[in-house]
Amino acid sequence: MRQRDFENRYRDSWAQLETWLKGGGKNADPATLDLPAAYRNLCQQLAVAKERQYTSRLIDHLNQLVMAAHHRVYRQQTLRRRGWLHYLLAGFPQAVRANGRAVALASALFLLPALVMGIGTYNNDALIYAVMSPADVLSLESMYDPGNRVLGRERGSDTDLAMFGFYIKNNIGIAFRTFAGGILFGLGSIFFLVFNGVYLGAVFGHITRVGFVSTFYPFVIGHGAFELTAIVLAGAAGLLLGRSLVDPGQHRRSIALRLASVEAMKIMYGTFLMLVIAAFLEAFWSSSAATPISIKLGVGGLLWLVVFAYFALAGRREATGAH
Amino acid sequence: MLDTTYHVETPEGIDLHARAAGPVPRILAYAVDVLYRTLVLIALGIGLAVADTAGIGIWLVCSFLLEWFYPVFFEVLRGGQTPGKKAFGLMVVNDNLTPISWGASLVRNLLRFADFLPFAYATGVIAMTLGRHFQRLGDLAAGTLVVYREADKAPVALPDSTPLPPPRNLKRQDQQALVSLFERHDDLSEARQQELANLLEPITQKRDSAALGYLRSVASWLLGGRE
Repeated sequence: MRQRDFENRYRDSWAQLETWLKGGGKNADPATLDLPAAYRNLCQQLAVAKERQYTSRLIDHLNQLVMAAHHRVYRQQTLRRRGWLHYLLAGFPQAVRANGRAVALASALFLLPALVMGIGTYNNDALIYAVMSPADVLSLESMYDPGNRVLGRERGSDTDLAMFGFYIKNNIGIAFRTFAGGILFGLGSIFFLVFNGVYLGAVFGHITRVGFVSTFYPFVIGHGAFELTAIVLAGAAGLLLGRSLVDPGQHRRSIALRLASVEAMKIMYGTFLMLVIAAFLEAFWSSSAATPISIKLGVGGLLWLVVFAYFALAGRREATGAH
Repeated sequence: MLDTTYHVETPEGIDLHARAAGPVPRILAYAVDVLYRTLVLIALGIGLAVADTAGIGIWLVCSFLLEWFYPVFFEVLRGGQTPGKKAFGLMVVNDNLTPISWGASLVRNLLRFADFLPFAYATGVIAMTLGRHFQRLGDLAAGTLVVYREADKAPVALPDSTPLPPPRNLKRQDQQALVSLFERHDDLSEARQQELANLLEPITQKRDSAALGYLRSVASWLLGGRE
């Protein structure tokens, strides 16, 4: 068949498909066009056009049409409402348990330096200056000085909101970087975990040493349950990426990385949510001086229990029931 | 080696192709996005100045969202194109040339930080230059790539001319070359077309507009025109 006859025969169906695609497929009645069938016919026509070596302009045009239809046919539906609920109730803790080794390694990379620095700064009053400048140490001390009530509720709710913004930007940024660094063969995640461990350990040790315990611990215990866990989990997700490159197993490195990133994202969605919760708590609950210390410690302890119980227990029944 | 065409075979057995975009247009597109984001942040800053301390909080949250989720939003909901990419005719797709999904877009944009290291996206540019399809680390992990969005080229109407049968022994390639020339008749000046037609003088025994007219008639015949 000559090209002109070929074009004449199919021109209408191409035009119809094109207008349907341009209209976003919304205003068009779905009955007017059977997309999969139209797409299959189009593919066949493109193959015929190529086989008969019709002109490149026609082939390019058909190729574009195929691409546009291909996009529509294979659009992936990822945001399902049930999916989110299921993820929160079971998927997230299941993903964390399934990658227990990475989580354990990330915890160790965070906690061991923290412990060493904590004990170190508690016993040696100069060690804090190894990680912080004297000015930073002073502002840290004044922040938690019980005689200095800057943490109080009297700082006003607009300050709470400002601090919320700061925690969101700063803390979630740290967690995202801890994750992203994992693609550098895990080195970035390791660096951020150890760095944060050293830094926070030093702060804990030093504050305990100077005796501002009554303001510091009630402040950090509540949101710490979410924030510290989330940073460790982000690090674990980063380590998954790193491991896929260092030890890709039976896959090619590129494939192993892709599989690992899918697994890592199962952890990262939840981590993001935990950090938002942490920022809320840190800005609106941890800072309140009106709440008695005992209640804050109690609630904080309870939150730690809830977080651990969630990761240990949630979604377990479903996992066993599936077998 | 210099071929940037990316091929994918669909389940229907069709070979789709797209052209992968190199570092330079991507850097320019990124610069445009940075500009837009900065403008939005400045506008927000002015707008929120009335809200004082609370405004700082809202501004910080907005700047966090813009920093990490601005590309995700546009890539997933606006057909793979941030405003910057749109300006340079680029789009992000999954490497099977399907529209990018939420998960893939989040991965490639979270990993932006690693690509940025140690400064100014050095790692990302090096990864792009070494890789076959200009993928930065985020693209490799997410399984995405940035391609040119082809401008729509509708088939053009050829200039009217009475179809004439071609000379004998016109090979298939010659036929295609001839037809392609007339598909481009809008882009080439008349003089240039005549010049090209004159190259075929040994076959056509004609020059200038006569040669061009004759070749047009032949092309029209080849495409199936009949008197």
